[in-house]
Amino acid sequence: MSVRRLHEQQPEAFAFSEDNLVWAGEQIAKYPEGRQASAILPLLWQAQKQGGGWLSEPAIRCVADMLDMPYIRALEVATFYSMFNLSPVGEHFVQLCGTTPCWLRGADDLKAVCRKIIGEQGNVTEDGKLSWLEVECLGACVNAPMVQINDDFFEDLTADTFERLLEDLRHGREVATGPQNGRQASAPEGGPTVLKGNM
Amino acid sequence: MLRDEDRIFTNIYGFGGADLASSQARGDWDNTADLIKKGRDWVIDEMKGSGLRGRGGAGFPTGLKWSFMPKENDGRPHYLVVNADESEPGTCKDRDIMRHEPHKLLEGCLLAGFAMGAHACYIYVRGEFVREREALQRAVDEAYDAGLLGKDAAGSGWAYDIYVHHGAGAYICGEETALIESLEGKKGMPRLKPPFPANVGLYGCPTTVNNVESIAVAPTICRRGASWFSGLGREGNTGTKLFCISGHVNRPCNVEEEMGIPLKELLERHAGGVRGGWDNLLAVIPGGSSVPLLPKDICDTIRMDFDSLKDVQSGLGTAGVIVMDKSTDIVKAIARISYFYKHESCGQCTPCREGTGWMWRVMERLAAGRAQPKEIDMLLQVTKQIEGHTICALGDAAAWPVQGLIRHFRPEIEARLADSLQSEAAE
Repeated sequence: MSVRRLHEQQPEAFAFSEDNLVWAGEQIAKYPEGRQASAILPLLWQAQKQGGGWLSEPAIRCVADMLDMPYIRALEVATFYSMFNLSPVGEHFVQLCGTTPCWLRGADDLKAVCRKIIGEQGNVTEDGKLSWLEVECLGACVNAPMVQINDDFFEDLTADTFERLLEDLRHGREVATGPQNGRQASAPEGGPTVLKGNM
Repeated sequence: MLRDEDRIFTNIYGFGGADLASSQARGDWDNTADLIKKGRDWVIDEMKGSGLRGRGGAGFPTGLKWSFMPKENDGRPHYLVVNADESEPGTCKDRDIMRHEPHKLLEGCLLAGFAMGAHACYIYVRGEFVREREALQRAVDEAYDAGLLGKDAAGSGWAYDIYVHHGAGAYICGEETALIESLEGKKGMPRLKPPFPANVGLYGCPTTVNNVESIAVAPTICRRGASWFSGLGREGNTGTKLFCISGHVNRPCNVEEEMGIPLKELLERHAGGVRGGWDNLLAVIPGGSSVPLLPKDICDTIRMDFDSLKDVQSGLGTAGVIVMDKSTDIVKAIARISYFYKHESCGQCTPCREGTGWMWRVMERLAAGRAQPKEIDMLLQVTKQIEGHTICALGDAAAWPVQGLIRHFRPEIEARLADSLQSEAAE
């Protein structure tokens, strides 16, 4: 378990944009009547996106109202699930996998890059571009070490390629997602050992 | 080695398209209606006959699980819930199915749902898999447009809807009842069983929760026949399996292989072997972080299936094979796994909430050599007090890696403690 609390500075209010309201309606319609609470994770997620990458208390209340849930139930959910950022993050939010499969292949080197370029965990760079957090297994173990930045995975990193990636993102340059060493997805480097007729 | 013509996932690396037309060209959605017209019992009997054991870690027979759903509908809807909350460290196979073979999963959902009398299916994708979720949603949209889902799914006369849902970063939601709680909009805290989900599951209705891989192999099993699948591997451990090979190998990868393949052959044939050669191997965690590690002498001959690994006090789990060579600080590697379980405990049961943190702190001290030798036995005793004393298996999963370490590497830990005691005395 980890202790997660709301940020001390909260915005006055939160309201979904028109587009997001339509989107939210579509999500709620996926669940049987009276079971609208099921949509809480997708809605909180969208509220986080609209809020610049973090979830504020007014946003949690807004979602609770939309789903006809007591505030405490929505707060419980927001604080339970680790992907809800309860304080501001950088424009490019780096989640660095530090669990054993990534650790075996050099996650500590990537952490050193983060400390050098961004600072300590949770710190947002002065330009607002970058922040980072060590997270638990992201499920790309055969492409270790890896990080997730916003919605994308960046895999098969080295300290050098990772540092370049962070600089490219900070300066708004285009970056390639996925494996950073030319590999095709989870196939072995240099090409698959099976199904060679399918390449 | 598994022959290419016996592979189920022919696009696992994504060299081909994941779209409907490409999937159909690979054989997906071929005469699905004919399979359904053979009836519910036929589908379940094929699955039972195939010997397929659940691919999510526990290895429970899939056909048997489906047969637990009530035969008659008592007015409550039945649900199929697909567990795509893949989070077990070392495991990344379901991700490839979702992004490269989504139609195998969707067709499997239809067959499985039909076999258990369900008209609706929720696929719970882990929150971090944003792109995989988008790929899956694209496939669902395509399937609806082509009439493969909806009121008359694939022309079978069976009405079937599939909804893509997602989590938000909680390993515990991979436990089936925690997943159901989460899907209902609550914290992901496991439920006491009984009642089992087949009687009281999602929204209080009969529900079956299956792993992505278990569902995605179902169409091929039905099409090629139970005997084809059961002819691969050995009795009780049949078929093919996606293995994820990570850690200290030359070329980490995912690969589909026959159940029971020797570990050494798996690593050398597909992953370029252990870094520095086989003799440089220290230990392997064969089935995701939850299962006890195996030292090299067991790795020399062990076969990768449920029963072989159980016989050496480990397990196949999710077949996430984590390889560690001799440069590894094995105590630190397991301490990092202990931290994982401390982080992911939901906090509901005291032995797990308190015990995972306790184990992690002791493991960190053992790794640093800052402990008394007698604490090794104390730690082992604590793992026994956690194991089997919690609502779900997370407590067990946290205890086993530590037990495995002490079982096989006790002299290594003792030597480390002795060294630091000596250097303290010297100061």
